[in-house]
Amino acid sequence: MDGHSTYVPKSGFARWLESRLPILGLAHSSFVSYPTPRNLNYFWTFGAILSVMLAVQIITGVILAMHYVPDSKLAFDSIEHIMRDVNYGWLIRYLHTNGASFFFLAVYLHIFRGIYYGSYKAPREVLWILGMIIYVLMMATAFMGYVLPWGQMSFAGATVITNLFTAIPLVGTGIAHWLWGGYAVGDPTLNRFFALHYLLPFMIVGVVVLHVWALHVVGQNNPDGVDVKDVKRDTVPFTPYATVKDMFVVCVFFVIYAWFVFFIPNYLLDADNYNPANPLVTPAHIVPEWYLLPFYAILRAIPNKLIGVLALAAAIGLLVLLPWLDTSPVRSGKYRPMFRFFFWLFVICCVGLGYLGSQEVSASATLVARILTLGYFGFLLVVLPVLGLVEKTRPVPTSIADAVLPKGAAAAE
Amino acid sequence: MRTSMAVAPPTAKWDARPRQRSRLLGKAARSTRERTGVHLSHAETIQPSRRDFLFLATGAVAAVGAASVVWPLIDQMNPDAGTLALSSIEVDLSPIAEGQIVTVKWRGGPVFVRHRTKKEIETAEATPLSELKDPQTDQERVQKPEWLIVVGVCTHLGCVPLGHEGQYEGWKCPCHGSVYDTSGRIRQGPAPLNLAVPEYKFLTPTRVKIG
Repeated sequence: MDGHSTYVPKSGFARWLESRLPILGLAHSSFVSYPTPRNLNYFWTFGAILSVMLAVQIITGVILAMHYVPDSKLAFDSIEHIMRDVNYGWLIRYLHTNGASFFFLAVYLHIFRGIYYGSYKAPREVLWILGMIIYVLMMATAFMGYVLPWGQMSFAGATVITNLFTAIPLVGTGIAHWLWGGYAVGDPTLNRFFALHYLLPFMIVGVVVLHVWALHVVGQNNPDGVDVKDVKRDTVPFTPYATVKDMFVVCVFFVIYAWFVFFIPNYLLDADNYNPANPLVTPAHIVPEWYLLPFYAILRAIPNKLIGVLALAAAIGLLVLLPWLDTSPVRSGKYRPMFRFFFWLFVICCVGLGYLGSQEVSASATLVARILTLGYFGFLLVVLPVLGLVEKTRPVPTSIADAVLPKGAAAAE
Repeated sequence: MRTSMAVAPPTAKWDARPRQRSRLLGKAARSTRERTGVHLSHAETIQPSRRDFLFLATGAVAAVGAASVVWPLIDQMNPDAGTLALSSIEVDLSPIAEGQIVTVKWRGGPVFVRHRTKKEIETAEATPLSELKDPQTDQERVQKPEWLIVVGVCTHLGCVPLGHEGQYEGWKCPCHGSVYDTSGRIRQGPAPLNLAVPEYKFLTPTRVKIG
């Protein structure tokens, strides 16, 4: 699926530049003439939303860094200074904190889309792995960003997450001291988290470039999961078709985002984090941000420390192996009735674990969390490999055009 | 790679040797042989060229150099001299009433100093080791039975447990529900180990130095 450029430089300057650095041609073949499958639905717009959210986070983040002080004695006050004194500081901070949540909302829909339509299957394995690297970098960035306000939840969160490493036999405690730069989370920890929180988004940008590159080599998957056979019949050019659709969806997404920013800016934050960090007291009920709750629930569901931490790591790590865990030759869930049933069970497991992660520990909640944890791993390790062998799939259309165009039109075109 | 070079006489000066004869670049030499059918004698294949020598020597310098620079880059993140210098505190025990737990800050984190009651000491001492996840007698964990001094960090994921709570009236961690007894030993929940006992010594009967 070549996006071979039909770009012809029009002005003299464009010709001059193109013969020295063919950047205009690259942009043209990537975002103008690039062929996109004509059957793409709205779930294929999250790439654009994510790109925009990454830009929003970097712009607001760089601005916040101009007013924020990464010192354990000053950090909390500097956030209040941003909120009260800096011109539009409240707006920029609320855009950034809520932006993180909306970034994750979009990435989860993007990932579930990938799973439902089998977007990770050959030849898109590297594309999928790059996406998972971005996801892990996002979690690391979000975690370190959450520590920066140096409230009670920041401190407890930093303590719990860095203590995950103490589960490693022999060297675990040494690694934790190394991460902290002390014997507990403290000033050195805050300072280095700030440095890394500033660095990682730019690493994300780098991997996004690779992600888009890999996408443009293998081409987009589509709801029917069949390859493009005839570029003329099966695809439409990126501009205007995908461009306009993406812009429209970004606007809708921003309406919801703005509603949070302006009307319920603290809905996704924790009241406890408006208390300054106190290393001698842990809040009675600590919870991570919503986007990490399913993994937190898996950690809590397992009574053994080391196994709990390993399960947490495996819950993320196994997603990387999806291209090899899913043995079915049919890509799209549209033609896999049994897969569809289990997919929605998997979604229920993820959402259920997220809910339980936000609740206090109780015997019944732990039992349900264990069942859902089994469901989560069962889907990845048992259902996906076995379904490929036993499932009777529905017939897949011969081409994208046959799938979406009226019979006569497809033949006539 | 030219075949003509591979058949140079073995008596030629070593620095004039073509590089495909070296052992270092043996793979290239092998592929040359496979392509050309020319076989080099043993003596020829192990003669290094000047370029091979430079490759090995600079490679070794680069490897040692990289390794010696990496360590400072890693080690700078470990606790610094200022942090290490602050690693001991003194605590006055006289205001701590029987039954009271006082939390003091040591090395950036909490230490519990618990003035245990008779009953608390008795239950701690009477607990059979078979009931413990991390078996330790109460005597091993205290210097004087009425004073229990433990690091106030849950051995699961580092939260600060709450005193006088849980089934054993020792501590209970609010994060993931680990329960400790009046000796600070783990009894229930995901934590694997007892609350750590820091190094400490009694300077006077009412003054203790921790660290």
